[in-house]
Amino acid sequence: MTGFMSTLGLWMAVFFTFSIFSFLYKDNPLYKLSEQIFVGLSAAYWLVYTFFSMMMPNLIVKLSSDFKGNIILLIPATLGFMMLLRIFPKTQWFSRFPIAIMIGTSAGINMVRYTKSDLLSQVSATMINPFAAATTSAIIGNFLLIIGTICGVYFFYFSKKQEGMSAVPSKLGIWFLMISFGASFGYTVMARVSLLIGRLEFLLKDWLHIIK
Amino acid sequence: MKRNLPLIFAFICGIVVVASDFIPHRPFNLMIDTLQNWFMIIVGFAILLGQISLFQSNIYKIQHKVSGWYYYLAGLISFVIMLVLGLLWGTQEYQGLLGHGLAVQAWLGSKPFDYLFDNAYLPLSATMFSLLAFFVASAAYRAFIIRSFESNLLMITAIIVILGRTSFGGMLTSWVPESYSFWHLPNLSDFIMEYPNTAAQRAIMISAALGIIGSSLRIILGIERSYLGSDK
Repeated sequence: MTGFMSTLGLWMAVFFTFSIFSFLYKDNPLYKLSEQIFVGLSAAYWLVYTFFSMMMPNLIVKLSSDFKGNIILLIPATLGFMMLLRIFPKTQWFSRFPIAIMIGTSAGINMVRYTKSDLLSQVSATMINPFAAATTSAIIGNFLLIIGTICGVYFFYFSKKQEGMSAVPSKLGIWFLMISFGASFGYTVMARVSLLIGRLEFLLKDWLHIIK
Repeated sequence: MKRNLPLIFAFICGIVVVASDFIPHRPFNLMIDTLQNWFMIIVGFAILLGQISLFQSNIYKIQHKVSGWYYYLAGLISFVIMLVLGLLWGTQEYQGLLGHGLAVQAWLGSKPFDYLFDNAYLPLSATMFSLLAFFVASAAYRAFIIRSFESNLLMITAIIVILGRTSFGGMLTSWVPESYSFWHLPNLSDFIMEYPNTAAQRAIMISAALGIIGSSLRIILGIERSYLGSDK
C-alpha cells in the first residue's frame, strides 16, 4: 500500500506542478484551482504549527499539567479569546486590549533591539580606518563603504528639500542603493532559477526517469 | 474606557520592556519573561483569528456563489483536510491529539500531514515561486529599456553578481592575467557584495532603525493610535 500511496503522491505533485506552470500560457481553471488549494494548505500548515509550537507548550500543556501553579496564564488566554471577539462587529472593541498589549510589547522590544543591532552596531561598524586594510582594493572598498553608508543615510533624510549642492550626496546615495538592489535582484534571479531547475529535475528525474 | 485603557496598557507594556533592558534585575527580568510568554500566546490567537477570517471570507463567497466560488470551496476543503490531519496525527516533530498514528504511517509511508506537505504543499510552493523566474526576466527587460543611468547601474550589477556567483562567470574571465585578478568576475562580484552593497544595506538598516525607534516611541507614548481602529 505504501508503494501505491507514494506513486499517488508523485502524480499529485506532478499535477500541481503542471497546473501552476500552465499559468505561463494564460490564466486557466487548473491554475486557479491549484492556487486556492495552495492558499488553503498554507493557512492550515501555519495554523497546525502555531498550535503545536506556540499554544501547546506555552498554554495548554502548562494549564493541563499544573493548573493552580499556572493560573496566571488564564490572563493571556482570556486576552486571546478577547482577540477572537473581533469576529463579531458588536464585540470588536474587546480586541483592542490584547492588540494594545501586543503592539506595546513589540514596540518596546523593537525599540531596544533595533537601537542596539541596526543603529549603534552598524554605525560603529562604519567607523573604520580605511587605510588599515592590506590591499589597495580593500582601501578603496573601505572608502566606498564609509561614503556609501553616509550618502545612503542622507538620501533617506526627507525633512529638507534636497537641491543644489545638497542633492549631490543624495544622488550618490541613490547610486549605492541601485548597486545594492542590483545585487539583490541578481540573487533573486538565481534563487528563482534554482527553484525552476529543481522543478524540472523533479519532472525529468523523479517522474519520467529521463535523467539520473 | 474603550480607547484610553488600551493606550495605558500599551504604554505600560512598552515601558516595562524598555526598562527591563536597562534594569536586568527582579522584578523587571521576571516581568519581561512573563510579558514575552503572554505575547506568544496572544500571537497564537491572532494567527487563529486570521485563519478564521480566511475561513469566513471563503464561506461568504461560496454562500453567495460569487464568480469562481468552486475554487474557494476547493481551498476550504484543502484547508480543513490539512488542519484535521495535522491536529489528529501531528507533524514530523510533534505528536498529534491521537498520538503518532503508527498504523496510518505504515499505510502512507509518513504522517498524513507530512504526506500532504511533501506531495502537495511543497510542489505547489516551489513551482509558484519558480514561476517568478519568468516574470523576473520580463522585469529585467523592462529595466533595460528605461535606459537611465540608475537602471543601467542596477542591471550591470545584477549581471556581474549572477555571473560572478556561477562557474560560467569564472570561465569567461579566466584569461585575465593574475596581476589583474580584481577584474575576474567572481572577485568583482565579491567586491561589490562586500563594499558598495554592504554600504547601501547599512544605510537602509540605519534609516529603518531610526524609523522603527521613532514609531515605537509614538506607539508607547500613545501618539500613534491607529491600531485601535475607529469608534464606528
